Amino acid sequence: MRYLIALILLLIPHMGCAQDWEDQRVFNDDAEGVRLRIISSTDTVLFAPFVEDFVAQNPLISVEYLVSGTADINMQVRATPEAFDVVISSAMDLQLKLANDGFALPLDNMPVPPWAQWHDSLFAFTSEPATIVINRAAFEGQPIPQTRQGLIEALRERPQVFRGKVGTYDVRQSGLGYLFATQDARASETYWRLMEVMGGLNVRLYCCSGEMIRDLADGTILVAYNVLGSYAAVRTEGTDALQVILPSDFQTTMMRTAMVSQATQAPEAAALFVRYLISAKPASPDGTPLLPLLSSDDVSNERETIGLNPALLTFLDELKRKKFVSAWENAVIQ
Amino acid sequence: MTTSPTVSGSLRNRLVLTLISGAAILAILLFFAVRNYAVQVAQQGQDNILGVSVASILDAAALRDGQLEVDIPYAAFSMLTTPSDDRVFYAIFQDGEFISGYDDLQVVEGSADGNWTFQAGQVRGEQVRQVNAGRTLVGLGRQTRIEVALGQTQDALAETLDQISRNAALLGLGFFLLTAALSFWVTSSTIGQLKKLTTSVTRRGPQDLSPFRKPVPKEMAPLVTSLNSLMGRLDQSLSQSEDFIAEAAHRVRTPLATVRSYAEATLHRVERKDNREALRAMVRAIDESSRAAGQLLDHAMITFRADHLEREDIDLVALTRELVQRLTPIAEMKELSLSLTGDPSVPYSGDPILLQNAVRNMVDNALKYAPSDSTVEINVSTTPNARIEVSDSGPGFPPDEIDMLTRRFERGQNAAGTIGSGLGLTIAQDVATAHGGTLVLKNRPEGGACVILSL
Repeated sequence: MRYLIALILLLIPHMGCAQDWEDQRVFNDDAEGVRLRIISSTDTVLFAPFVEDFVAQNPLISVEYLVSGTADINMQVRATPEAFDVVISSAMDLQLKLANDGFALPLDNMPVPPWAQWHDSLFAFTSEPATIVINRAAFEGQPIPQTRQGLIEALRERPQVFRGKVGTYDVRQSGLGYLFATQDARASETYWRLMEVMGGLNVRLYCCSGEMIRDLADGTILVAYNVLGSYAAVRTEGTDALQVILPSDFQTTMMRTAMVSQATQAPEAAALFVRYLISAKPASPDGTPLLPLLSSDDVSNERETIGLNPALLTFLDELKRKKFVSAWENAVIQ
Repeated sequence: MTTSPTVSGSLRNRLVLTLISGAAILAILLFFAVRNYAVQVAQQGQDNILGVSVASILDAAALRDGQLEVDIPYAAFSMLTTPSDDRVFYAIFQDGEFISGYDDLQVVEGSADGNWTFQAGQVRGEQVRQVNAGRTLVGLGRQTRIEVALGQTQDALAETLDQISRNAALLGLGFFLLTAALSFWVTSSTIGQLKKLTTSVTRRGPQDLSPFRKPVPKEMAPLVTSLNSLMGRLDQSLSQSEDFIAEAAHRVRTPLATVRSYAEATLHRVERKDNREALRAMVRAIDESSRAAGQLLDHAMITFRADHLEREDIDLVALTRELVQRLTPIAEMKELSLSLTGDPSVPYSGDPILLQNAVRNMVDNALKYAPSDSTVEINVSTTPNARIEVSDSGPGFPPDEIDMLTRRFERGQNAAGTIGSGLGLTIAQDVATAHGGTLVLKNRPEGGACVILSL
């Protein structure tokens, strides 16, 4: 199955037809200087302030911002590394493997703490926990679960309410979903029990966070597990039907990472952009930062977040992945 | 007269150079030894971690329902975290066939069970340290062999080595500087012994030829021994020649006296004028010879006494007065007068025979050059120190020779036609030196010579 997806994704760029991007936007189109091609898993709405601020500071540089899923980004970069200058993704493991495999250009003297970078080539700039997002209406008069165990009990208690109304990432399609799932499984057995319960409720599987949150917002699903809280907050602006829960038993916190492609055509501009990302603090008009940016003096980050180290390669091993995915399928698809 | 010796090289430079280059070689050896050792230790450390990691991967391999499963533990790669974020490559082979990981990593043959091989290699243009290990799995009716190759780049290792190299270099430099300082100190303290000997040779009086008695380092003993023996021979040959001169003068004087009395007697008997002239000349020549012989004897005597100076309390005025009385007849023969002036009494502690000899030579000298009907003035005083001054109204010393007249047998250019050996002022000078004083020659502003024996 996975090989098939890989094959299709590998072939797509060579087929001559236009790549089917989730979103695509060009900033500062009429700039005379270089054009920076950024491939990213971050929604344009969240990331646009960064790019706009960047091109305002560097008016000679224009930016082409391409959005795709984390797994797809991995494929694209491996297939045509020269087609992109900066690679931004929330799938830390795939990013680390790209860097380890030599697809990243090492940059010197980047102002990041050692734990927020890897091999001088992969740089973290946000710190985002995985959350449970619920529809308040579904929990009217019921205690709101604060832990995974609590969620399991709530789901078991009223299966008729939640049947077909719970959602999570399809780990086979989403790189970030796979990262969250493997880290959860590593942290606690509760994850498997939760997956079994959700599987029993005919869980809806999503490739991307966008669709999941859209379905949450319109009431198609009532509970979403392992959603990025930051996404949920932006997508549900103005509606207080949804509640974002940071599970109190343990948190899985991901760092969004950026790297400069080894085969970049504009190494200076790309390095400039990554440097900007690390130190930038753009905020939405009301003053709150759009993404939970990494602050280098927050030491607790280091403990809470998934470590940027070679251990991330473990679950990307073919055999290991096959084993994990089959265990996951056994639990979820019933 | 000293001639400067032919200098070839410097003992100090040679010593310093040898010691410092030795220190430099040792420092370099130290640097490489420390660095080599550090390389081994650091490599051993990396190998150990790689070994543990690959062992945990092998441990996680199992045959389940005849199917190979390799459940790589999270810790297997987690433990490969380094401060420099070294890249990690691995490959898993089943019965020689690649099944997972990086297919550009080659497993090395011969990694039998429990026999791990470590090697340096290259993967994707990066220098890596690679470990290869294998294990045979036995399942139900099936046997399969799994081999794992695990490679890691060496950035952290290189950084550690850089650090160690810097420290080792600092250590070597410190060692070198310390040794260099030490070698300077050792050299100067060694050369110091030579300097000490040189100083004690230089400080010696002109007549002191006695052997060195001060202790010297063992290595310098032969030098001092030969120096002592050289001085011994010199002393011996000097005293031999002094003895010989004294003996010769003595031997010559007696027959001269005889010849003189015969000449005098003949002079009375000879009538012819030219014969008388010849005889007179003869007597004069004999006088001169006998005077020279006498002075040679005096000189020998003075040299001896000056070496073994015996001081006694004397009154210089009394000593001079006695001398003046003895010389008055000779002065009157030359129609000269002697006048003694100065303090009534000048007490001094010295050798009376030497002093008398010196003053007599000074007065003799004055008598020889003073014109007729003049006075030779002798002044004895205590201010500023005990001194005897003899002055005449003769032609004075030639100004350009005044410094060399006290040398042996050195006579002034205006001395021609005057009887003299050139030893008189030398004797006075030797006596002054023996008493720690000086002899000053000068010309008086109103004309005439002035010799001051200042004690």
